[in-house]
Amino acid sequence: MHAQNFEARVLKNEPRAADVWLLEVALPEEAALPKAGQFYMLRAWGQDEAPLLSRPISVFACQRERRSVGFLYQVRGRGTAQLAKLAAGDALRLTGPAGNGFVLEGDTAVLVGGGIGTAPLFQLARELREAGVVVDAILGYRDEPYCVEAFEKVCRKVSVATDTGRVGHKGFVTDLLTPGAYDTVYICGPEVMMEKAAKMALAAGVRVYVSKEAKMACGIGACLGCRCKAKNGGVSVCKDGPVFEGSVFYG
Amino acid sequence: MADAPKCLYTELCGVGMNTPVIGASGTYGFGYEYENIVDMAWVGAVSGKGLTLEGKEGNEGERLFETPSGLINSIGLQNPGVRHFIEHELPAMRALGPAVMANLGGSTVETYEEGARLLDAADVDFIELNISCPNVKAGGIAYGVKAESAREVVSRVRKCTKKPLIVKLSPNAENITEMALACEEAGADGLSLVNTFQAMAIDIEKRRPVFDNVFAGLSGPAIRPIALRMVYQVCKAVKVPVVGLGGIATAEDALAFLMAGAAAVQVGTANFANPRACEDIARGMAAWMDAHGVKSLAEIRGAALV
Repeated sequence: MHAQNFEARVLKNEPRAADVWLLEVALPEEAALPKAGQFYMLRAWGQDEAPLLSRPISVFACQRERRSVGFLYQVRGRGTAQLAKLAAGDALRLTGPAGNGFVLEGDTAVLVGGGIGTAPLFQLARELREAGVVVDAILGYRDEPYCVEAFEKVCRKVSVATDTGRVGHKGFVTDLLTPGAYDTVYICGPEVMMEKAAKMALAAGVRVYVSKEAKMACGIGACLGCRCKAKNGGVSVCKDGPVFEGSVFYG
Repeated sequence: MADAPKCLYTELCGVGMNTPVIGASGTYGFGYEYENIVDMAWVGAVSGKGLTLEGKEGNEGERLFETPSGLINSIGLQNPGVRHFIEHELPAMRALGPAVMANLGGSTVETYEEGARLLDAADVDFIELNISCPNVKAGGIAYGVKAESAREVVSRVRKCTKKPLIVKLSPNAENITEMALACEEAGADGLSLVNTFQAMAIDIEKRRPVFDNVFAGLSGPAIRPIALRMVYQVCKAVKVPVVGLGGIATAEDALAFLMAGAAAVQVGTANFANPRACEDIARGMAAWMDAHGVKSLAEIRGAALV
Protein backbone atom coordinates (compact mmCIF):
# COMPACT_ATOMS: atom_id res chain seq x y z
CA MET A 1 0.00 0.00 0.00
CA HIS A 2 1.62 3.21 -1.16
CA ALA A 3 1.21 6.43 0.82
CA GLN A 4 -1.58 8.87 0.11
CA ASN A 5 -1.47 12.67 0.22
CA PHE A 6 -4.44 14.56 1.63
CA GLU A 7 -5.62 17.49 3.68
CA ALA A 8 -6.57 16.82 7.28
CA ARG A 9 -8.25 18.98 9.93
CA VAL A 10 -6.85 19.63 13.36
CA LEU A 11 -9.11 18.37 16.17
CA LYS A 12 -6.79 19.57 18.91
CA ASN A 13 -3.19 20.56 19.47
CA GLU A 14 -2.12 20.82 23.09
CA PRO A 15 1.13 20.97 25.06
CA ARG A 16 1.95 17.87 27.09
CA ALA A 17 5.28 19.07 28.54
CA ALA A 18 7.82 21.79 27.81
CA ASP A 19 8.22 21.74 24.00
CA VAL A 20 6.17 18.53 23.64
CA TRP A 21 2.77 18.73 21.96
CA LEU A 22 -0.01 16.33 21.10
CA LEU A 23 -1.68 17.02 17.76
CA GLU A 24 -4.83 15.13 16.85
CA VAL A 25 -6.14 15.30 13.29
CA ALA A 26 -9.25 13.93 11.59
CA LEU A 27 -8.54 11.72 8.59
CA PRO A 28 -10.68 12.32 5.53
CA GLU A 29 -12.97 9.53 4.31
CA GLU A 30 -10.61 8.22 1.66
CA ALA A 31 -7.52 8.03 3.86
CA ALA A 32 -6.26 4.63 5.00
CA LEU A 33 -5.85 4.05 8.72
CA PRO A 34 -2.27 3.69 9.98
CA LYS A 35 -0.84 0.99 12.18
CA ALA A 36 1.64 1.31 15.03
CA GLY A 37 5.12 2.30 13.93
CA GLN A 38 4.02 3.99 10.71
CA PHE A 39 4.45 7.72 10.20
CA TYR A 40 3.26 10.63 8.11
CA MET A 41 5.01 13.56 6.46
CA LEU A 42 3.32 16.62 8.00
CA ARG A 43 3.12 20.03 6.42
CA ALA A 44 1.30 22.88 8.14
CA TRP A 45 2.74 25.53 5.85
CA GLY A 46 2.54 26.34 2.16
CA GLN A 47 4.46 24.45 -0.48
CA ASP A 48 6.40 27.65 -1.22
CA GLU A 49 7.09 28.41 2.42
CA ALA A 50 10.03 27.45 4.59
CA PRO A 51 11.04 24.94 5.62
CA LEU A 52 11.22 23.32 2.21
CA LEU A 53 10.71 19.77 3.47
CA SER A 54 7.70 18.37 5.30
CA ARG A 55 8.36 16.73 8.66
CA PRO A 56 8.15 12.99 9.38
CA ILE A 57 6.21 12.33 12.60
CA SER A 58 5.22 8.89 13.87
CA VAL A 59 1.74 7.85 14.90
CA PHE A 60 1.21 8.19 18.66
CA ALA A 61 -2.37 6.99 18.60
CA CYS A 62 -5.01 6.04 16.06
CA GLN A 63 -8.67 6.22 17.10
CA ARG A 64 -10.23 3.98 14.47
CA GLU A 65 -13.86 4.77 15.29
CA ARG A 66 -13.22 8.53 15.22
CA ARG A 67 -10.88 8.14 12.22
CA SER A 68 -8.37 10.37 13.96
CA VAL A 69 -4.61 10.15 14.32
CA GLY A 70 -2.57 11.62 17.16
CA PHE A 71 1.00 12.84 16.78
CA LEU A 72 3.16 13.47 19.84
CA TYR A 73 6.04 15.70 18.76
CA GLN A 74 8.81 17.76 20.21
CA VAL A 75 9.43 21.30 18.99
CA ARG A 76 13.00 21.12 17.75
CA GLY A 77 13.22 23.43 14.76
CA ARG A 78 11.25 25.52 12.32
CA GLY A 79 9.00 22.76 11.05
CA THR A 80 7.84 21.52 14.43
CA ALA A 81 7.52 25.15 15.63
CA GLN A 82 5.01 25.66 12.81
CA LEU A 83 3.11 22.54 13.88
CA ALA A 84 2.85 23.94 17.42
CA LYS A 85 0.99 26.97 16.04
CA LEU A 86 -1.88 24.84 14.71
CA ALA A 87 -5.30 25.30 16.30
CA ALA A 88 -8.48 23.22 16.15
CA GLY A 89 -10.09 23.57 12.73
CA ASP A 90 -6.84 24.41 10.91
CA ALA A 91 -5.85 22.37 7.88
CA LEU A 92 -2.56 20.63 7.23
CA ARG A 93 -1.32 18.23 4.59
CA LEU A 94 -0.34 14.68 5.34
CA THR A 95 1.49 12.11 3.25
CA GLY A 96 1.12 8.60 4.54
CA PRO A 97 0.70 6.28 6.23
CA ALA A 98 4.34 5.61 5.40
CA GLY A 99 6.79 2.98 6.52
CA ASN A 100 6.37 -0.62 7.60
CA GLY A 101 5.13 -0.44 11.19
CA PHE A 102 5.79 -2.82 14.07
CA VAL A 103 5.41 -6.59 13.91
CA LEU A 104 3.18 -7.80 16.75
CA GLU A 105 4.45 -11.05 18.25
CA GLY A 106 4.97 -13.07 21.38
CA ASP A 107 2.87 -13.35 24.55
CA THR A 108 4.81 -10.81 26.58
CA ALA A 109 6.55 -7.64 25.47
CA VAL A 110 8.43 -4.74 26.97
CA LEU A 111 8.52 -1.30 25.37
CA VAL A 112 11.63 0.78 25.94
CA GLY A 113 11.24 4.45 25.05
CA GLY A 114 13.44 7.48 25.43
CA GLY A 115 12.07 11.02 25.27
CA ILE A 116 10.00 11.72 22.19
CA GLY A 117 10.89 8.19 21.07
CA THR A 118 8.14 7.03 23.43
CA ALA A 119 5.59 8.35 20.90
CA PRO A 120 5.25 5.38 18.50
CA LEU A 121 5.28 2.95 21.43
CA PHE A 122 1.87 4.08 22.68
CA GLN A 123 -0.08 2.94 19.62
CA LEU A 124 2.08 -0.19 19.70
CA ALA A 125 1.06 -0.84 23.33
CA ARG A 126 -2.59 -0.59 22.33
CA GLU A 127 -2.25 -2.92 19.37
CA LEU A 128 -0.23 -5.45 21.36
CA ARG A 129 -2.87 -5.44 24.08
CA GLU A 130 -5.61 -5.92 21.50
CA ALA A 131 -3.63 -8.89 20.21
CA GLY A 132 -3.59 -10.37 23.71
CA VAL A 133 0.05 -9.59 24.50
CA VAL A 134 0.95 -8.58 28.06
CA VAL A 135 2.88 -5.32 27.82
CA ASP A 136 5.22 -3.53 30.20
CA ALA A 137 6.80 -0.16 29.43
CA ILE A 138 10.00 1.50 30.55
CA LEU A 139 9.90 5.17 29.68
CA GLY A 140 12.86 7.50 29.99
CA TYR A 141 12.87 11.30 30.01
CA ARG A 142 15.44 13.97 30.58
CA ASP A 143 13.43 15.69 33.31
CA GLU A 144 9.68 15.99 32.85
CA PRO A 145 7.71 12.84 31.90
CA TYR A 146 4.69 13.07 29.58
CA CYS A 147 1.84 10.80 28.56
CA VAL A 148 2.81 8.23 31.18
CA GLU A 149 -0.83 7.94 32.27
CA ALA A 150 -1.78 6.95 28.73
CA PHE A 151 0.66 4.03 28.88
CA GLU A 152 -0.60 3.11 32.35
CA LYS A 153 -4.06 2.53 30.90
CA VAL A 154 -2.88 -0.16 28.49
CA CYS A 155 0.23 -1.61 30.09
CA ARG A 156 0.54 -4.08 32.96
CA LYS A 157 3.40 -2.10 34.48
CA VAL A 158 5.00 1.24 33.58
CA SER A 159 8.41 2.27 34.94
CA VAL A 160 9.82 5.74 34.55
CA ALA A 161 13.44 6.86 34.53
CA THR A 162 14.63 10.46 34.38
CA ASP A 163 18.11 11.87 33.94
CA THR A 164 17.49 14.39 36.71
CA GLY A 165 15.70 12.06 39.10
CA ARG A 166 12.63 14.29 39.08
CA VAL A 167 10.34 11.29 38.66
CA GLY A 168 11.05 7.58 39.06
CA HIS A 169 14.46 6.02 38.73
CA LYS A 170 17.35 8.51 38.41
CA GLY A 171 19.33 7.11 35.54
CA PHE A 172 18.84 5.18 32.30
CA VAL A 173 15.93 3.06 31.07
CA THR A 174 18.43 0.28 30.49
CA ASP A 175 19.03 0.17 34.27
CA LEU A 176 15.43 -1.06 34.56
CA LEU A 177 15.43 -3.46 31.60
CA THR A 178 15.41 -7.23 32.12
CA PRO A 179 14.91 -8.38 28.54
CA GLY A 180 15.00 -12.08 29.39
CA ALA A 181 11.63 -11.74 31.13
CA TYR A 182 9.86 -11.08 27.80
CA ASP A 183 9.30 -12.63 24.39
CA THR A 184 9.85 -9.35 22.54
CA VAL A 185 11.54 -6.00 23.19
CA TYR A 186 10.47 -2.91 21.25
CA ILE A 187 12.74 0.15 21.40
CA CYS A 188 12.56 3.74 20.23
CA GLY A 189 14.65 6.64 21.45
CA PRO A 190 18.06 8.26 21.21
CA GLU A 191 20.63 6.21 19.29
CA VAL A 192 22.84 5.53 22.33
CA MET A 193 19.87 4.21 24.26
CA MET A 194 18.61 2.09 21.36
CA GLU A 195 22.00 0.52 20.85
CA LYS A 196 22.44 -0.35 24.52
CA ALA A 197 18.93 -1.71 24.99
CA ALA A 198 19.01 -3.66 21.72
CA LYS A 199 22.33 -5.27 22.57
CA MET A 200 21.01 -6.28 26.00
CA ALA A 201 17.99 -7.89 24.35
CA LEU A 202 20.04 -9.64 21.69
CA ALA A 203 22.46 -10.94 24.35
CA ALA A 204 19.45 -12.37 26.19
CA GLY A 205 18.33 -14.10 23.01
CA VAL A 206 15.11 -12.09 22.84
CA ARG A 207 13.52 -10.81 19.64
CA VAL A 208 14.01 -7.06 19.40
CA TYR A 209 12.60 -4.35 17.15
CA VAL A 210 13.88 -0.78 16.95
CA SER A 211 12.21 2.23 15.34
CA LYS A 212 14.70 4.58 13.70
CA GLU A 213 14.61 8.30 13.07
CA ALA A 214 16.16 10.04 10.07
CA LYS A 215 15.99 13.27 8.13
CA MET A 216 13.72 12.68 5.16
CA ALA A 217 12.83 14.53 2.00
CA CYS A 218 10.08 12.42 0.40
CA GLY A 219 9.15 9.91 3.13
CA ILE A 220 7.95 7.42 0.49
CA GLY A 221 11.11 5.74 -0.76
CA ALA A 222 11.65 7.95 -3.80
CA CYS A 223 14.65 10.11 -2.90
CA LEU A 224 16.88 7.79 -0.87
CA GLY A 225 17.82 10.70 1.39
CA CYS A 226 17.18 8.80 4.63
CA ARG A 227 19.50 5.88 4.02
CA CYS A 228 21.13 4.70 7.16
CA LYS A 229 24.03 2.34 7.61
CA ALA A 230 23.15 -1.15 8.78
CA LYS A 231 25.29 -4.26 9.37
CA ASN A 232 24.87 -5.49 5.80
CA GLY A 233 24.77 -2.27 3.80
CA GLY A 234 22.36 0.61 3.65
CA VAL A 235 18.66 0.67 4.42
CA SER A 236 16.05 3.33 3.69
CA VAL A 237 14.49 4.37 6.99
CA CYS A 238 11.26 5.51 5.32
CA LYS A 239 10.66 2.45 3.15
CA ASP A 240 12.57 -0.48 4.66
CA GLY A 241 11.73 0.90 8.13
CA PRO A 242 11.32 2.84 10.26
CA VAL A 243 11.00 -0.40 12.24
CA PHE A 244 13.85 -2.89 11.91
CA GLU A 245 14.84 -6.04 13.68
CA GLY A 246 17.52 -5.07 16.19
CA SER A 247 20.01 -7.45 14.57
CA VAL A 248 19.93 -5.34 11.39
CA PHE A 249 21.92 -2.69 13.24
CA TYR A 250 23.20 -4.17 16.46
CA GLY A 251 23.62 -7.90 15.81
CA MET B 1 -9.07 9.91 -13.44
CA ALA B 2 -9.96 12.21 -16.31
CA ASP B 3 -7.40 12.42 -19.07
CA ALA B 4 -5.28 15.52 -19.33
CA PRO B 5 -6.64 17.98 -21.93
CA LYS B 6 -5.29 17.82 -25.47
CA CYS B 7 -3.79 21.31 -25.15
CA LEU B 8 -1.02 19.82 -22.98
CA TYR B 9 -0.12 17.06 -25.44
CA THR B 10 3.60 17.14 -26.08
CA GLU B 11 5.85 15.28 -28.44
CA LEU B 12 9.41 14.99 -27.23
CA CYS B 13 11.94 13.45 -29.59
CA GLY B 14 9.07 11.66 -31.35
CA VAL B 15 7.55 10.25 -28.15
CA GLY B 16 4.01 11.38 -27.37
CA MET B 17 3.29 12.50 -23.79
CA ASN B 18 -0.01 13.52 -22.21
CA THR B 19 1.58 16.59 -20.68
CA PRO B 20 4.99 18.29 -20.79
CA VAL B 21 5.53 17.64 -17.08
CA ILE B 22 8.14 15.03 -16.19
CA GLY B 23 9.09 13.76 -12.74
CA ALA B 24 12.80 14.52 -12.41
CA SER B 25 15.40 11.86 -11.82
CA GLY B 26 16.38 11.32 -8.21
CA THR B 27 13.18 12.78 -6.80
CA TYR B 28 10.56 10.50 -8.27
CA GLY B 29 11.87 7.04 -7.48
CA PHE B 30 10.70 4.86 -10.35
CA GLY B 31 7.34 6.59 -10.35
CA TYR B 32 5.27 3.97 -8.57
CA GLU B 33 6.10 5.44 -5.15
CA TYR B 34 3.71 8.25 -6.16
CA GLU B 35 0.95 6.14 -7.67
CA ASN B 36 -1.59 6.65 -4.86
CA ILE B 37 -0.73 10.34 -4.63
CA VAL B 38 -0.63 11.58 -8.20
CA ASP B 39 -3.06 11.00 -11.06
CA MET B 40 -0.48 9.74 -13.54
CA ALA B 41 -2.66 10.81 -16.48
CA TRP B 42 -1.24 14.30 -15.83
CA VAL B 43 2.38 13.20 -15.79
CA GLY B 44 4.04 13.16 -19.21
CA ALA B 45 6.98 11.00 -18.25
CA VAL B 46 8.93 9.78 -15.29
CA SER B 47 12.69 10.02 -15.28
CA GLY B 48 13.75 7.22 -12.96
CA LYS B 49 16.43 7.22 -10.33
CA GLY B 50 19.87 7.61 -11.93
CA LEU B 51 21.24 4.20 -12.95
CA THR B 52 24.75 2.94 -13.31
CA LEU B 53 25.81 -0.29 -15.00
CA GLU B 54 26.47 -1.94 -11.64
CA GLY B 55 24.36 -1.04 -8.59
CA LYS B 56 25.68 1.50 -6.10
CA GLU B 57 25.21 1.88 -2.35
CA GLY B 58 25.44 5.66 -2.53
CA ASN B 59 27.23 8.04 -0.21
CA GLU B 60 27.92 7.69 3.49
CA GLY B 61 27.08 10.35 6.05
CA GLU B 62 24.57 13.15 5.72
CA ARG B 63 22.58 13.15 2.51
CA LEU B 64 20.19 16.08 2.92
CA PHE B 65 20.55 19.68 4.05
CA GLU B 66 17.85 22.34 3.78
CA THR B 67 18.76 25.86 2.72
CA PRO B 68 16.60 28.94 2.14
CA SER B 69 14.36 27.85 -0.75
CA GLY B 70 16.60 24.94 -1.53
CA LEU B 71 17.91 21.51 -0.71
CA ILE B 72 21.47 20.25 -0.90
CA ASN B 73 21.72 16.52 -1.50
CA SER B 74 24.49 14.01 -1.51
CA ILE B 75 22.73 10.77 -2.34
CA GLY B 76 25.55 9.52 -4.48
CA LEU B 77 23.62 7.72 -7.21
CA GLN B 78 22.38 4.91 -5.01
CA ASN B 79 20.68 2.56 -7.45
CA PRO B 80 20.11 -1.13 -8.14
CA GLY B 81 22.05 -1.21 -11.43
CA VAL B 82 20.81 -1.24 -15.03
CA ARG B 83 20.12 -4.99 -15.23
CA HIS B 84 18.21 -5.07 -11.95
CA PHE B 85 16.20 -2.05 -13.06
CA ILE B 86 15.21 -3.68 -16.34
CA GLU B 87 14.16 -6.90 -14.67
CA HIS B 88 12.57 -5.66 -11.44
CA GLU B 89 11.61 -1.97 -11.48
CA LEU B 90 10.88 -1.26 -15.14
CA PRO B 91 7.74 -3.40 -15.50
CA ALA B 92 5.94 -1.53 -12.68
CA MET B 93 7.28 1.80 -13.92
CA ARG B 94 5.98 1.03 -17.42
CA ALA B 95 2.58 -0.01 -16.07
CA LEU B 96 2.05 3.44 -14.52
CA GLY B 97 1.24 5.04 -17.85
CA PRO B 98 3.64 7.98 -18.30
CA ALA B 99 6.50 7.65 -20.78
CA VAL B 100 9.57 6.00 -19.29
CA MET B 101 12.85 7.87 -19.20
CA ALA B 102 15.82 5.84 -18.00
CA ASN B 103 18.49 8.05 -16.49
CA LEU B 104 21.96 6.62 -17.05
CA GLY B 105 25.20 7.66 -15.36
CA GLY B 106 28.63 6.12 -15.63
CA SER B 107 32.20 6.26 -14.45
CA THR B 108 33.89 5.44 -17.75
CA VAL B 109 32.86 5.68 -21.38
CA GLU B 110 32.71 1.88 -21.46
CA THR B 111 30.21 1.66 -18.59
CA TYR B 112 28.04 4.29 -20.26
CA GLU B 113 28.17 2.30 -23.50
CA GLU B 114 27.29 -1.00 -21.88
CA GLY B 115 24.47 0.61 -19.89
CA ALA B 116 23.09 2.22 -23.04
CA ARG B 117 23.21 -1.09 -24.98
CA LEU B 118 21.19 -2.80 -22.25
CA LEU B 119 18.64 0.01 -22.09
CA ASP B 120 18.42 0.09 -25.89
CA ALA B 121 17.05 -3.45 -25.76
CA ALA B 122 14.66 -2.63 -22.91
CA ASP B 123 11.15 -1.18 -22.88
CA VAL B 124 12.11 2.44 -22.18
CA ASP B 125 11.05 5.46 -24.23
CA PHE B 126 14.07 7.68 -23.64
CA ILE B 127 17.59 7.39 -22.35
CA GLU B 128 18.57 10.44 -20.34
CA LEU B 129 22.34 10.49 -20.24
CA ASN B 130 23.48 11.90 -16.93
CA ILE B 131 26.79 13.65 -17.36
CA SER B 132 26.04 15.94 -14.51
CA CYS B 133 25.71 14.23 -11.13
CA PRO B 134 28.05 16.23 -8.91
CA ASN B 135 28.04 13.75 -6.05
CA VAL B 136 30.11 10.87 -7.33
CA LYS B 137 32.88 10.49 -9.85
CA ALA B 138 30.81 7.72 -11.36
CA GLY B 139 27.97 10.17 -11.90
CA GLY B 140 29.68 11.51 -14.93
CA ILE B 141 30.37 15.04 -13.76
CA ALA B 142 33.86 14.42 -15.16
CA TYR B 143 32.13 14.55 -18.55
CA GLY B 144 29.81 17.38 -17.69
CA VAL B 145 32.24 20.24 -17.18
CA LYS B 146 34.30 20.28 -20.36
CA ALA B 147 32.48 20.29 -23.69
CA GLU B 148 35.08 18.09 -25.39
CA SER B 149 34.72 15.33 -22.78
CA ALA B 150 30.95 15.46 -23.20
CA ARG B 151 31.28 15.26 -26.99
CA GLU B 152 33.33 12.08 -26.64
CA VAL B 153 30.93 10.24 -24.32
CA VAL B 154 27.78 11.35 -26.16
CA SER B 155 29.09 10.31 -29.56
CA ARG B 156 30.15 6.90 -28.21
CA VAL B 157 26.82 6.30 -26.49
CA ARG B 158 24.97 7.49 -29.59
CA LYS B 159 26.41 4.51 -31.45
CA CYS B 160 24.97 2.14 -28.81
CA THR B 161 21.31 3.12 -29.01
CA LYS B 162 18.56 4.08 -31.40
CA LYS B 163 16.37 5.27 -28.54
CA PRO B 164 15.82 8.99 -28.14
CA LEU B 165 18.94 10.17 -26.34
CA ILE B 166 18.57 13.17 -24.05
CA VAL B 167 21.73 14.50 -22.45
CA LYS B 168 21.28 16.01 -18.98
CA LEU B 169 23.59 18.96 -18.53
CA SER B 170 25.24 20.34 -15.45
CA PRO B 171 25.06 24.03 -14.61
CA ASN B 172 28.65 23.54 -13.48
CA ALA B 173 29.72 23.25 -17.14
CA GLU B 174 32.44 25.72 -18.08
CA ASN B 175 30.20 27.19 -20.75
CA ILE B 176 26.63 25.92 -20.91
CA THR B 177 26.05 26.96 -24.55
CA GLU B 178 29.25 25.34 -25.83
CA MET B 179 28.39 22.25 -23.82
CA ALA B 180 24.92 22.10 -25.34
CA LEU B 181 26.23 22.54 -28.88
CA ALA B 182 28.88 19.86 -28.38
CA CYS B 183 26.24 17.37 -27.22
CA GLU B 184 23.94 18.25 -30.09
CA GLU B 185 26.72 17.80 -32.62
CA ALA B 186 27.64 14.47 -30.99
CA GLY B 187 24.17 13.13 -31.73
CA ALA B 188 21.95 14.01 -28.77
CA ASP B 189 18.27 14.02 -29.72
CA GLY B 190 17.49 16.41 -26.87
CA LEU B 191 18.99 18.10 -23.84
CA SER B 192 17.75 18.46 -20.29
CA LEU B 193 19.05 21.13 -17.94
CA VAL B 194 19.95 21.93 -15.29
CA ASN B 195 21.12 19.33 -12.80
CA THR B 196 22.13 20.56 -9.33
CA PHE B 197 24.62 23.32 -8.61
CA GLN B 198 27.71 22.36 -6.71
CA ALA B 199 27.30 23.69 -3.19
CA MET B 200 28.30 23.01 0.38
CA ALA B 201 27.27 23.40 4.00
CA ILE B 202 29.32 23.55 7.20
CA ASP B 203 28.31 22.28 10.62
CA ILE B 204 29.61 25.07 12.83
CA GLU B 205 29.37 22.99 16.02
CA LYS B 206 31.53 20.24 14.55
CA ARG B 207 33.56 22.78 12.54
CA ARG B 208 33.39 20.36 9.62
CA PRO B 209 31.64 20.16 6.27
CA VAL B 210 28.17 18.64 6.61
CA PHE B 211 28.74 16.21 3.75
CA ASP B 212 31.42 13.51 3.71
CA ASN B 213 32.15 14.50 0.09
CA VAL B 214 32.44 18.16 1.19
CA PHE B 215 30.56 19.38 -1.90
CA ALA B 216 27.03 18.36 -2.83
CA GLY B 217 24.24 19.45 -5.21
CA LEU B 218 21.84 22.34 -4.62
CA SER B 219 18.33 22.19 -6.08
CA GLY B 220 14.97 23.84 -5.46
CA PRO B 221 13.52 27.30 -6.03
CA ALA B 222 16.84 28.88 -5.01
CA ILE B 223 18.36 27.89 -8.37
CA ARG B 224 15.34 28.61 -10.57
CA PRO B 225 16.28 32.00 -12.02
CA ILE B 226 19.75 30.78 -12.93
CA ALA B 227 18.35 27.59 -14.42
CA LEU B 228 15.88 29.63 -16.45
CA ARG B 229 18.67 31.82 -17.79
CA MET B 230 20.67 28.75 -18.83
CA VAL B 231 17.67 27.09 -20.48
CA TYR B 232 17.01 30.32 -22.37
CA GLN B 233 20.61 30.53 -23.55
CA VAL B 234 20.66 26.90 -24.67
CA CYS B 235 17.29 27.16 -26.43
CA LYS B 236 18.65 30.08 -28.44
CA ALA B 237 21.70 28.07 -29.45
CA VAL B 238 20.47 24.56 -30.32
CA LYS B 239 17.88 23.00 -32.64
CA VAL B 240 17.13 19.86 -30.62
CA PRO B 241 14.36 20.00 -28.01
CA VAL B 242 15.29 21.15 -24.55
CA VAL B 243 13.75 19.91 -21.30
CA GLY B 244 13.95 22.65 -18.70
CA LEU B 245 14.37 22.02 -15.01
CA GLY B 246 15.70 23.66 -11.90
CA GLY B 247 13.42 24.69 -9.04
CA ILE B 248 10.13 24.48 -10.94
CA ALA B 249 7.37 24.35 -8.34
CA THR B 250 4.28 25.92 -9.93
CA ALA B 251 2.46 26.10 -13.25
CA GLU B 252 3.74 29.67 -13.63
CA ASP B 253 7.32 28.46 -13.27
CA ALA B 254 6.73 25.73 -15.85
CA LEU B 255 5.15 28.20 -18.30
CA ALA B 256 8.17 30.51 -17.93
CA PHE B 257 10.51 27.67 -18.90
CA LEU B 258 8.34 26.85 -21.94
CA MET B 259 8.36 30.51 -22.94
CA ALA B 260 12.16 30.40 -22.66
CA GLY B 261 11.97 27.72 -25.36
CA ALA B 262 11.75 24.47 -23.43
CA ALA B 263 9.78 21.66 -25.06
CA ALA B 264 8.95 20.12 -21.69
CA VAL B 265 9.85 20.53 -18.05
CA GLN B 266 10.99 18.34 -15.21
CA VAL B 267 9.86 18.79 -11.64
CA GLY B 268 12.19 17.61 -8.91
CA THR B 269 12.59 19.10 -5.44
CA ALA B 270 9.04 20.49 -5.53
CA ASN B 271 7.79 16.91 -5.18
CA PHE B 272 9.16 16.93 -1.63
CA ALA B 273 7.25 20.07 -0.64
CA ASN B 274 4.16 18.85 -2.47
CA PRO B 275 4.12 15.23 -3.63
CA ARG B 276 1.31 16.14 -6.04
CA ALA B 277 3.44 18.83 -7.65
CA CYS B 278 3.61 17.25 -11.12
CA GLU B 279 -0.16 16.88 -11.37
CA ASP B 280 -0.82 20.30 -9.83
CA ILE B 281 1.58 21.95 -12.25
CA ALA B 282 0.04 20.25 -15.30
CA ARG B 283 -3.48 21.15 -14.13
CA GLY B 284 -2.39 24.72 -13.48
CA MET B 285 -0.88 24.99 -16.95
CA ALA B 286 -4.12 23.77 -18.54
CA ALA B 287 -6.11 26.29 -16.49
CA TRP B 288 -3.79 29.12 -17.50
CA MET B 289 -3.99 28.14 -21.17
CA ASP B 290 -7.75 27.95 -20.97
CA ALA B 291 -7.97 31.39 -19.31
CA HIS B 292 -5.68 32.87 -21.96
CA GLY B 293 -7.27 31.20 -24.96
CA VAL B 294 -4.11 29.23 -25.72
CA LYS B 295 -4.95 26.05 -27.62
CA SER B 296 -1.57 24.36 -27.79
CA LEU B 297 1.82 24.61 -26.16
CA ALA B 298 3.31 25.51 -29.55
CA GLU B 299 1.64 28.91 -29.23
CA ILE B 300 3.68 29.81 -26.17
CA ARG B 301 6.84 27.77 -26.58
CA GLY B 302 9.76 30.14 -27.03
CA ALA B 303 7.44 33.15 -26.89
CA ALA B 304 9.83 35.02 -24.60
CA LEU B 305 12.93 34.49 -26.72
CA VAL B 306 14.16 37.92 -27.73
